[in-house]
Amino acid sequence: MVPTSYYLILSAMIFAIGAVGVLVRRNALIILMCVEMMLNSVNLTLIALSRQWGNLNGQVFVFMIMAVAAAEVAVGLAILIANTRHRESINIDEIHLLKW
Amino acid sequence: MLQLAWLLLAFPAAGALINTFLGSRFSKPTIGWIASGTVAASFVVSLGLLLGLLGLPGEERVITLPLWDWITIGDFRAPTALLIDPLSVTMALVVTGVGALIHVYAIGYMFDDERFQRFFVYLNFFVFAMLILVMSDNFLGMYVGWEGVGLASYLLIGFWFDKRDDTYGYYADAGKKAFLVNRVGDFGMALAIMILWTSLGSVTFLDVFQAAPASLSSGVATAIALLLLLAATGKSAQIPLYVWLPDAMAGPTPVSALIHAATMVTAGIYMIARTHVLWELGPSAANLAAWIGGLTALMAASIALVQVDLKKILAYSTISQLGYMVMGVGVGAYAFGIFHLITHAFFKALLFLAAGNVMHGLHGELDIRKMGGLREKMPTTYRLFLIGALALAGFPLMSGFFSKDGILLNVFGHSPLLYAIGLFTALLTAVYSFRAVFVPFWGQPRDKHLHEHAHESPPIMTRPLWVLAILAIVGGVLNLPFVLTLERWLEPAVGEPSFHPSLALEVSLLLVSAVVALAGIYLAYARYVKEIGWARRLQNALGPLQPLVEHKYYVDEFYDAAIVQPLKALARWFAEVFDPGIIDGSVHLIGRANLAAGERLRRLHNGLVPTYALSIFVGVVVLVMYLVFG
Repeated sequence: MVPTSYYLILSAMIFAIGAVGVLVRRNALIILMCVEMMLNSVNLTLIALSRQWGNLNGQVFVFMIMAVAAAEVAVGLAILIANTRHRESINIDEIHLLKW
Repeated sequence: MLQLAWLLLAFPAAGALINTFLGSRFSKPTIGWIASGTVAASFVVSLGLLLGLLGLPGEERVITLPLWDWITIGDFRAPTALLIDPLSVTMALVVTGVGALIHVYAIGYMFDDERFQRFFVYLNFFVFAMLILVMSDNFLGMYVGWEGVGLASYLLIGFWFDKRDDTYGYYADAGKKAFLVNRVGDFGMALAIMILWTSLGSVTFLDVFQAAPASLSSGVATAIALLLLLAATGKSAQIPLYVWLPDAMAGPTPVSALIHAATMVTAGIYMIARTHVLWELGPSAANLAAWIGGLTALMAASIALVQVDLKKILAYSTISQLGYMVMGVGVGAYAFGIFHLITHAFFKALLFLAAGNVMHGLHGELDIRKMGGLREKMPTTYRLFLIGALALAGFPLMSGFFSKDGILLNVFGHSPLLYAIGLFTALLTAVYSFRAVFVPFWGQPRDKHLHEHAHESPPIMTRPLWVLAILAIVGGVLNLPFVLTLERWLEPAVGEPSFHPSLALEVSLLLVSAVVALAGIYLAYARYVKEIGWARRLQNALGPLQPLVEHKYYVDEFYDAAIVQPLKALARWFAEVFDPGIIDGSVHLIGRANLAAGERLRRLHNGLVPTYALSIFVGVVVLVMYLVFG
């Protein structure tokens, strides 16, 4: 059986990639995908630990997160499409109306 | 019967309320008679109380009638209760008796005034407050009445607040002056009550007087008495706070008669007599009171000599007579102070109302230099005024003669020098009161036009005065020498007299008083009627003093320069420098500092999502580091 630490390390790597992606990329679509990566790395952690302790709570949690993430993606993509129609760009640097 | 004493207060209060809310539907006579009727009803209640007390043996004549608990905070208790004793009943009789007559007179005097209804509401309110002052069984209740009459006085002095003339300036200002000057005195009263409470733990008269001799040190008692003296100088117009009373003549004449001669201004004398236990514990304060009274009497009498406004002569005369009363209670002759208070209420109310008739008949003219020969035009008013002046001057066997002599007799036992001042003042009193008779009523008319239009007043304005006139003549029987009815009657409330003059002394001082009064009247006769040479030369010899006296010793000017202007300058500094600079400045500083900080901080908020994401990320990392390693 694969030790739990493997899963956790993999999960940490995915999370780090996702976080860096959110911070350095300028394409809003990619940022959204990176956010999904971070979420799924957390899901992986939850499942790995659920298996280790023989407790199903973690898996239930993952289902919840997947449901929420699906809803979140729907909203996020809708915002992106609306924004694209408005200014024909998905460069995050050009979306800066939310300030003083 | 004594249980019904609360009706005494209820009647004027009801009168004020009825006239306030329903008065606009009533005719003027109805309003006037409601107001007068309620005060007369109070007078009947006072008579009932008098009879009730007379039915009791002497030592039981002090009764507390509790009504309800007013304030109860921890140990502090201030009940609403009436103290029925000879002193309070005597005061209630004077207030309601003289008050009712003046109310009736005012129906005629104020009939053409557009604010007739308001006038009677104020007047009834005044009587109500004055009765609270004299009937209350504790210091706090007395203080409420004290402030209430001050308010009524302010409202009534400034009754014609929209008027303005050269004598008083804006009439509203005269009211303000009275109110503000009284505030200085009231401050003394408030402090005295606080000291009493902290040192004795009670504000009820009977408790305080019982506990005071044992538990008040003489220093504290003196301090309390001095603060009470300050209160008395304010309300009873003594040096140094007398300056408001002459200006108070801006009010309608019935107000001058009721509030500023007969009742309210005597509250200070009542208060001193009521708190006599404290004054006996602090004799130096009592001595000071006696001297203040004597000097006030002298100073005001000298000013009254040269005034040309009839009401102002009477105003200074009132200050002078109040000085006598304060002198009397200061030397411990409480019964005589109250006696003079009563007779003064009779004859001074009479004089004021007669002066009101003169003013009414001459269309508001009060300058005695323009009058003259009014005897034929206003015979009734002349007779009334003459009776009042005789009583004021202390003409033998009139009421004022006995009361003034009683005070002087007791002052003689205290200090012969003070007696000499009092006696000289009595001479001046006789001179100025007969100057006020001879100049307007005798001789030739000085202003033909004014004289031709002069007319006598209607019966409603003369009949109540006859009652006062009779009282002014026979009021002396209340306390004849050697009989001393009033003194015995007041003993349960003010204690036994400390001074017992010998028969020879008493008779000789009576004769001296009589001679002085007659000499003063003759002096006025010689100067103002016969214009005899020596009397003129006497006046010329005193000529250098005239400007000083005519300007009232420059006291108003001095107060203006020493107190009013500095205070105004201070207020202006606060308004123009301190308030905009320090107060507004600190508020603005806080606002500007926040604005500046916000200006810097908003740079962080640049609207770029990556920046926000980065700051969240950094925050989470820091938080995790803290949780893991911290």
